[in-house]
Amino acid sequence: MKKNLIVSIKDLAFGYAGRQIHRKINMDFHRGKVVAIMGGSGCGKTTILRLIGGQIKPTSGQIEVDGKIVHEQGRKGIYELRRKMGMLFQHGALFSDLSVYENVAFPIREHTDLNEAVIKDLVLMKLNAVGLRGAHDLMPTELSGGMARRVALARAIALDPDIIMYDEPFAGLDPISMGVICDLIRTLNDALEATSIIVTHDVTETFTFADYIYFIADGIVAAEGSPRDLKKSQLPFVKQFIHSEKDGPVPFHYQANEYTSDLGL
Amino acid sequence: MIIFFENIGRGLRLKIIRLGAATRLFFTIISYTSENFKRFNLTIREIYYTGVMSLIIIIVSAFFVGMVLGLQGYYTLQKYGSSEAIGVLVALALVRELGPVVTALLFAGRAGTAITAEIGLMKATEQLSAMEMMAVSPVARIVAPRFWAGIITMPLLASIFSMVGIIGGYVVAVPLIGVDEGAFWSQMQANVDFSYDIVNGFIKSLVFGIACTIIALFEGYDAPPTAEGVSRATTRTVVTSSLAVLGLDFVLTSFMLTV
Repeated sequence: MKKNLIVSIKDLAFGYAGRQIHRKINMDFHRGKVVAIMGGSGCGKTTILRLIGGQIKPTSGQIEVDGKIVHEQGRKGIYELRRKMGMLFQHGALFSDLSVYENVAFPIREHTDLNEAVIKDLVLMKLNAVGLRGAHDLMPTELSGGMARRVALARAIALDPDIIMYDEPFAGLDPISMGVICDLIRTLNDALEATSIIVTHDVTETFTFADYIYFIADGIVAAEGSPRDLKKSQLPFVKQFIHSEKDGPVPFHYQANEYTSDLGL
Repeated sequence: MIIFFENIGRGLRLKIIRLGAATRLFFTIISYTSENFKRFNLTIREIYYTGVMSLIIIIVSAFFVGMVLGLQGYYTLQKYGSSEAIGVLVALALVRELGPVVTALLFAGRAGTAITAEIGLMKATEQLSAMEMMAVSPVARIVAPRFWAGIITMPLLASIFSMVGIIGGYVVAVPLIGVDEGAFWSQMQANVDFSYDIVNGFIKSLVFGIACTIIALFEGYDAPPTAEGVSRATTRTVVTSSLAVLGLDFVLTSFMLTV
């Protein structure tokens, strides 16, 4: 099992500006698996992706990617690790001055010396995989939200990464686009034999295709398991989250003074 | 009273921190120099956006500045019976001062704001983060080419400004007012020194180019990733660049006149 481990988070703690976001996070991500990280807004899900990518450093604990401790790497080491990763940002983060074709070609041009004919074939193959080969000459402003997300996905897999990270891939999408993205995450993960790490709070969609799920709350992993196990879970937090209950362990009201005292009664 | 001094101290500390961060950005850019010159096409593209696209405003402004100099200069010089010196007055004013300074001010307003807004928006829309996650340094790929483009562009724009300004001065002085054409050009030729006036003007525009470009780049790179943050950064680019240009102009002129 250890051999298949590609990302391992051990006793991770992270905070900034006096605010502790993660207290003690332990997670393992195995090759070939689609793993989701779920939790309420602001619980630090996206921060975990940024920590895995080495964009920020943990306060304590460590993250190992392919056997290397991320925060101990220099710039060169971090860049070498990142070449094994692809990341889909929440709103795509396509380069607005480049066409769809050039966006997908960008990482290939930056990291390889391939000639234009090979680059063209690769780009069209990646775009075909997300169903947008016909849109290669459009500009990002001409794409719908779902299409932009798919182009960004094609760009993220341009160099056939070992790890694909998705930051809220379903946010703001219509049901059809959402279904397409779900299908693509699973298909591409299996085709590339990669590991997918998905940060989301979309329960319905994620439970249909994820292999394993981590729930984060109060800076720790509050629950973990396969979608089937978690559906049966009696943990109050998991129940509240899965069934979209308004109140529960995650309170409806943000921490505040007594209502009556605030109103001066 | 203590709060007043606390606020001054906090403000000063913040300014020093930002100055340090800008200096660090400057040295990071320098560290990517060889990489940038290997991929000079990126810089050429930016020279087009910062230089060629600024040509209209530079040429039109220079022509009017030259014409005003011609008019003002003539009415002052004729009181002393030396209206033939109008050519040298226009040329020296433009080459030594107005060319580099006004070009830098226009550059800060036209190209500087565009650079800040572009980089700030790239940051706000996570394009810079995306680039970093692709193991591509945004400083090497986005910031450094714009820096070198600014440095190359500024002296070229300043020379075009001075040249067009002189033509503006000529149009007012010779065909409109009737100053002798021979005197206009020959006085200029005799009294404008290449190594002193033109080289000093070039040095000024080079320094202004470095200052305006690094300010615009830093403001964009450091902008909070929000609409308000980018808007404030763009305003700061114009204000800081303009003050820096005027302050540096005084310092450089003092050195140049004493050396």
